[in-house]
Amino acid sequence: MTKPIRAAKRMGDPGGLLGLFAIAYLLFLYIPVLFLPVFSFNDSIFVAFPLKGFTTKWYEQAFADDDMLRALTASLQVGAVASIVATILGLLGAKAVTRYQMPGQSLVTGTIMLPLFIPEIILGIALLILINALSIPLSLFSIAIGHIMLCTPFAMAVLTSRLDGFDKSLEEASMDLGETPWMTFWRVTFPLVLPGIVSSMLLSFIVSFDEFLLSFFLQGQQPTLPVFIWSQLRFPNKLPSVLALGAVILIVSCLLVVLAEWVRQLGTDERKVGVA
Amino acid sequence: MTASSAPGFADRLRAFYLRSDAAKGYALLSPVMITMVVLLAAPLVMLILYSFWTQSGLSVDTTLTTARYQEVLGKQSYHDIFWRTIGTSSLVTLVTVGLAYPMAYYVAFGVKKYKFVWLILLTIPFWTSYLLRAFSWKVILGFNGVINSGLISAGLITEPLEFLLYNQSAVVITLAHAYAAFAILPIYVSLEKIDRTLLEAAADLGDSAWARFWRITFPLSLPGVLGAAVLIFVPTTGDYVTPQLVGGPTGQMIAYSIQVLFLKINDWPLGAALAMSAMAAVGILVVLFVTAMQLAVRQIR
Repeated sequence: MTKPIRAAKRMGDPGGLLGLFAIAYLLFLYIPVLFLPVFSFNDSIFVAFPLKGFTTKWYEQAFADDDMLRALTASLQVGAVASIVATILGLLGAKAVTRYQMPGQSLVTGTIMLPLFIPEIILGIALLILINALSIPLSLFSIAIGHIMLCTPFAMAVLTSRLDGFDKSLEEASMDLGETPWMTFWRVTFPLVLPGIVSSMLLSFIVSFDEFLLSFFLQGQQPTLPVFIWSQLRFPNKLPSVLALGAVILIVSCLLVVLAEWVRQLGTDERKVGVA
Repeated sequence: MTASSAPGFADRLRAFYLRSDAAKGYALLSPVMITMVVLLAAPLVMLILYSFWTQSGLSVDTTLTTARYQEVLGKQSYHDIFWRTIGTSSLVTLVTVGLAYPMAYYVAFGVKKYKFVWLILLTIPFWTSYLLRAFSWKVILGFNGVINSGLISAGLITEPLEFLLYNQSAVVITLAHAYAAFAILPIYVSLEKIDRTLLEAAADLGDSAWARFWRITFPLSLPGVLGAAVLIFVPTTGDYVTPQLVGGPTGQMIAYSIQVLFLKINDWPLGAALAMSAMAAVGILVVLFVTAMQLAVRQIR
């Protein structure tokens, strides 16, 4: 019984050459990004070989900049608001589509996922028109509104996949045993969904924290970190401290993504990991 | 809990609500639906409206007119930048899908253990700052950048290569790098779904490995390839960051013209008309492309 399955699995096995290609592809993906940390420690204002010597002064310079710190604070605030709101919206939406059968469901979920398929420049100008029509001043608030729209599809996708295999008999059992709907949610549903919620918040936060174009269109006086970085790119002498800042952002986002993926796998049965 | 007394309208509504799955579902779904209608659908409708209006001084004349579209269509420079955008995005799509296909094939067929590690490794860069990734390509390809200074200090060249940065190929490389995950995942999913016994049957009937690939694997993976192509082509036509950072004058794309009209010249109706024309044209091209591909696939089968 096992033999034919194994044989079938070996079908289409590409052999060693493709393995080499795969490694080269990974290098293509990662090496460009790695130049930021490498040159952020280079003791020269020019980003060029040969490397001059080791220094941490660009990091000191980057983090001594008050404008940078204000932009960082702004990004953290916007990211916190966007990730919390998007996750609440995504949680309710994911609960709805996984728990109930509704007419027109695919149309609704399709609409929610739409921002992923529309060029960001279109989303940027459309939101700018909306913010203008509602007479909302351009500020961190208007940026947060844009980010909520952008993060919600990600939150919804993460939470839908988390809730997909959710056993509703657990909730029914709790209700039968006399818990109120609210206590049932709090004591049964919430703990089971918690990894999905954490993962959704982390990923939404990263999406918001890294978002440039929407913030660029919706910004007021106070820029977010990516908009601040964009404004610094015009000044060649600011390049090394942008490298240092970029290196920190890249490494923190990588760690957050890995953390989010790890949390998302928590509590899902081992089957998934085994198959994957 | 449900100590209902007089069967009033509210109670009947409540009873209906408790019975109906659809009502409960929509009640739960409504916050996200309302949000997306207000923040996505309404702005897009307003964008369309704007494209039929006229900017007059600081205010906007809301008499409906198609004059903005005529203005867009009549201006050669918009045609030029639009077709350059389409050319760049097509190249990006071709390169990205071409590179991603073998990669996805390797994960689907070559990797036995730890597939999920490969998938996570391939998607991590997608989550990191797109602005910074584009910026690192500028650093790499620049006049005094990583490649030039590296080649010079290795003694391979004496003068920096000028063709690396500020042109269309720099844009293509940077975008192909940025959109890698968009290509790999759909192709991987379509390859993973292929019934391996089909390949086994073909092998038993004497097909070589190449024949099996071209006659079974490739046609069956085409939906994933098409999905990936659309997922890369459409967003890249609206890309702003990469052409600005590495494109130079010859690598400019349509998003720049739209940005200038909205944030610098302050002619929102014209900007809206340009954006809508470009979107419509991109939409038509995508539909034509997908239809052509589907016909081609039917020919193969």
